Amino acid sequence: MKEKLQQIRQIALKEINDNLNLKSLEELRVRFLGKKGEVTNILKDMRGLSSDMRPIIGQMANEVRVEIENKINEAKDSLNKELRREKLESEKIDISVKTKNLKRGHRHPLLKTAEELEDLFVSMGFSVVTGPEIETVENNFDALNSPENHPSRDLSDTFYINDELLLRTQTSPVQIRAMKEFGAPLRVVTAGRTFRFDDVDDTHSPMFHQLEGLVVDENISMANLIHTLDIFIKELFGDDIKTRYRPHHFPFTEPSAEVDVTCMKCRGEGCPVCNFTGWSMELLGCGMVHPKVLENCGIDSEKYTGFAFGLGIDRITMVKYGISDIRLLFENDNRFLEQF
Amino acid sequence: MLLPINWLKSYLDIDITPKDLADGLTYSGSHVESITSMERGIKNIVIGKVVEIDKHPDADKLFITKIDIGEEPLTIVTGAKNLKKGDFVPVAKIGSRLANGVEIGATEFRGVQSEGMLCSLGELGFLDNVIAKEFRDGIFVFDRDYPLGDDVKEYLQMTDDVIEFEITPNRPDCLSIYGMARETAATFNRDLRDIKPKLKNEQDDIHNFTNGIELQTPYCARYYSRVIKDVVIAPSPLWLQTTLMNAGVRPINNIVDITNYVMLELGQPLHAFDLDNLSGKKIIVRQANNKETLTTLDKTQRILDENDIVIADATDSIGLAGIMGGLDSEITPSTKTVLLEGANFSEKHIRLTSKKLLLRTEASTRFEKGLDPNLCEQAVERVAELVEQTCSGVVVNGVIDIKQYENKNKIIGLRPQRVEMLLGVEIPVSDMHTYLNRLGFMTSTVDNNIKVIVPSFRNDVEVEADLIEEIGRLYGFHNIVSKPLVGVLTRGEKSYKKQIESRVKNIIQGLGFNEVMTYSFVSPKSYDRLNLNENASERTFIKLMNPLGEDFSTMRTTLVSNMLDLIERNQKRGVIAANFYEIGHVFIPKSLPVIELPDEKNILSIGFYGDNDFYFMKESIEIILDRLGIKDINFIRESNNPTYHPGRTAIVLSGDIKLGILGETHPDVLINYDIKQRVYIADIDFDKIVELSDLDIKYNPLPKFPSMTRDIAIVVDEDVMIGELENIIKFHGKDLIESIDLFDIYRGDQVPENKKSVAFSIVYRSFEETLRDEKINPIQEAIISDLEKKFNAVLRS
Repeated sequence: MKEKLQQIRQIALKEINDNLNLKSLEELRVRFLGKKGEVTNILKDMRGLSSDMRPIIGQMANEVRVEIENKINEAKDSLNKELRREKLESEKIDISVKTKNLKRGHRHPLLKTAEELEDLFVSMGFSVVTGPEIETVENNFDALNSPENHPSRDLSDTFYINDELLLRTQTSPVQIRAMKEFGAPLRVVTAGRTFRFDDVDDTHSPMFHQLEGLVVDENISMANLIHTLDIFIKELFGDDIKTRYRPHHFPFTEPSAEVDVTCMKCRGEGCPVCNFTGWSMELLGCGMVHPKVLENCGIDSEKYTGFAFGLGIDRITMVKYGISDIRLLFENDNRFLEQF
Repeated sequence: MLLPINWLKSYLDIDITPKDLADGLTYSGSHVESITSMERGIKNIVIGKVVEIDKHPDADKLFITKIDIGEEPLTIVTGAKNLKKGDFVPVAKIGSRLANGVEIGATEFRGVQSEGMLCSLGELGFLDNVIAKEFRDGIFVFDRDYPLGDDVKEYLQMTDDVIEFEITPNRPDCLSIYGMARETAATFNRDLRDIKPKLKNEQDDIHNFTNGIELQTPYCARYYSRVIKDVVIAPSPLWLQTTLMNAGVRPINNIVDITNYVMLELGQPLHAFDLDNLSGKKIIVRQANNKETLTTLDKTQRILDENDIVIADATDSIGLAGIMGGLDSEITPSTKTVLLEGANFSEKHIRLTSKKLLLRTEASTRFEKGLDPNLCEQAVERVAELVEQTCSGVVVNGVIDIKQYENKNKIIGLRPQRVEMLLGVEIPVSDMHTYLNRLGFMTSTVDNNIKVIVPSFRNDVEVEADLIEEIGRLYGFHNIVSKPLVGVLTRGEKSYKKQIESRVKNIIQGLGFNEVMTYSFVSPKSYDRLNLNENASERTFIKLMNPLGEDFSTMRTTLVSNMLDLIERNQKRGVIAANFYEIGHVFIPKSLPVIELPDEKNILSIGFYGDNDFYFMKESIEIILDRLGIKDINFIRESNNPTYHPGRTAIVLSGDIKLGILGETHPDVLINYDIKQRVYIADIDFDKIVELSDLDIKYNPLPKFPSMTRDIAIVVDEDVMIGELENIIKFHGKDLIESIDLFDIYRGDQVPENKKSVAFSIVYRSFEETLRDEKINPIQEAIISDLEKKFNAVLRS
């Protein structure tokens, strides 16, 4: 029986070695190890052996069974591995192919900038307020201390609906609304459309956009104004940007200032863009709210002071993205929009 | 406002570079726009004298000159016709450079070698608008003799630098050289020299020359007048001409130049009348008669009314007060007697007249901002002094001065602690006095406060805050140390509407739409282009009183026309497919004509063409509404909106609240817009969406029991709507329906004509039990029987 076992073992190992697919390996398993398999049969035949031989042959038969089983499993594993490898090989795709199944939408660069600016001020404790595009002469001019004969009120500067209503020329009337509605103390910012009687060219548009902020509280000073705007400007353009506050005139603030910032193009070195001054001019207008404006809104100008500032979002957007023609912002050419 | 630095220096001693001067003035509030060197790049151009002048033998239009420049005389060929022997002229020697950068070399003109070139003012870099008429087409000729061979720059004030300022409208006093000198003196702490005109040789009596001045209108605060006799009209001396030129003004003759010079110097517009042409030797200031005509110096006939102020003589108007003189009383070469006017007119009237006639002059731009009536006297006296100094005439004894104003200086109290409060810096009280004094304010201390007397030329200063600005700007805003905001910490907030807006934009961006931005005003023709009915509510719109043109003349009541406009533009530019959206205002008047602010409603407008169809639009809107937690969305067919395709349009509702309309654009509308592809648009009431949105999400437990799926396939008439079939399934399945999936619509083989086969997969699930056939079968049967009954459905096996 020993010889027979050895013979079975040799045949089995050879056959396993020669067999190259999963199906024939399974057939081998049945042939040698199945219920009626050759090794199984040996174990069955052990009944006829002497009691001292039975354990020896039994052990030997078990060893052969385990060896054959392991060999079959090994061969199966290796075949499976090979099949997976072949599958991977066959599944190779051309990763250079460009598909266009997914579309990503784009925000309009100006409106995106406006929202970013608002968010910046929200993070500084300002609340966002809004107002209508059609305003009263009262809110747009009178309450803002604009002199009755100020040129900005002319038909050649402002779009009128009638003698009392107009298209707002600035976002400042929203300040008036906010002060009248909420009183002091107040920290608000507003962004939106504004209109002036300008023909369309590469730097002008009859419709443009402003962002305006207002702080009213006790003991608010010019020093606070400068601090707030410096933070804002550095957040917007980077820490290396310097600011310059120049006295200016606006009817609704006193004192008033214009803010220049380091030229974005040359970073202050001086270049043709900044007329070799190193400064990008008139980025913001600002000042301490005129006491008459506070009083017009029912706020005690002795107790409260405040500052206000405004800037052109169109200009900031153009500076930020290097856009040279304002018309691009209003044409809505898809090829332009998809760049942002 | 142009400020020649040489001129500035005649009122104060200051020796700094133009750049430092400009920077200092910028920081104290005078905004510098540019600094220009008058040298303009010329090199080696000298003074020469024409010693010989002959016609070129071989060229009709050329002359050969011999020019003495202090060395060996030069032979120079010129084409200029205005030269004569003895003239002093600018000579560009060989190796010199003109303002346009051209280097001069020896040139041969028809056999004659020219050793240089004689120059016009243009060749020296002067702009056409400042070159006197007599030199416009020829060589510049000096007014007298100058050292031969000297560089011309010094004599033509080309070594000067000119600073251009942007003067804010509240500071008409700075529209003058002396006003800027005052700012400069205050900024740099220098002494400012007074202008106190002195006359040496007054003769005769003004009343022998004129019958007086009559003010018949309240809109002339002051009229100050003098008479000059024995006038000799001639070119001004060179210093006066070059000073004017550097300040941007063209020299004309001595009398006009002097009045212009004093206007620039003091900011007071002046006028000189030829007294011999004044009927009745009389000046009357009055409001014009209705339809009165006047021909102004620019040879234009003006039609006036009672809001215009005129200067008249005994019979006729002779000038438009404060704006421009009349042609008939102009100073001419033969003028012998001059009446000088230094007057103050109502700023409002000047402004309105100037606007109405579209006539802005150096005079009107000053008057319309409001001038100090005290300037009239100083300015006329200064003219008289310069007339004497330049020997242009003899000043007649006496003045006529009629005033209709009270000379009262404003007094404002200033509290030092208020200065600190507003500026946020500590400034010594003594410095406050100093700053104000330097600017011409008189100060004194009263009860620890400062009593400030405002000078008459500072009409803009009205309240304490104005004085604080004056102190602040001399202290320097750039010297204020910034301080963080203190006080109650506030949380920045965005309104709910703003939050929803951001959210919608994010969702819609994720769906592949690009945001656009269009004008709030549109052409009234838009409503026709949209084929809107005559009585459509969109046709009730607000018109602008003064639009930029018809295309911008009405406030939009819909965003659809903006959307189609931009789709048309994109298509014309070759963009083959694009998806757009905008959130913007429409303007709905409460009544017409408008008497109060209209409703400004927010609209979400979506539009696309190219790749997608109706269902993409519908699904996009479903996703947007779903993400905002808007419940019970349904779509019903809309066949009667003339802007939209009758078979491909729907109204979207939440429950029974209408949210908007979506669909394919009507082909007739596309023709109006010249659009070639199918376009889908949606017009959604954004305010409604905000109102109905519900961002409060409550979690639903995950199902514990298995689902059961049943398929139903039926054949129905072609025009039965899938939504109606689904409604029946939902009606019978109630809460047990988890989902209905339309997995097939089939037309063709085995399906009769005008019919379609529709197949649904219905998923049932209960949250209480495992579903069994006994529970679902009756539901399925009820659905099928209802479908058969209502839609003649035939079950497919």
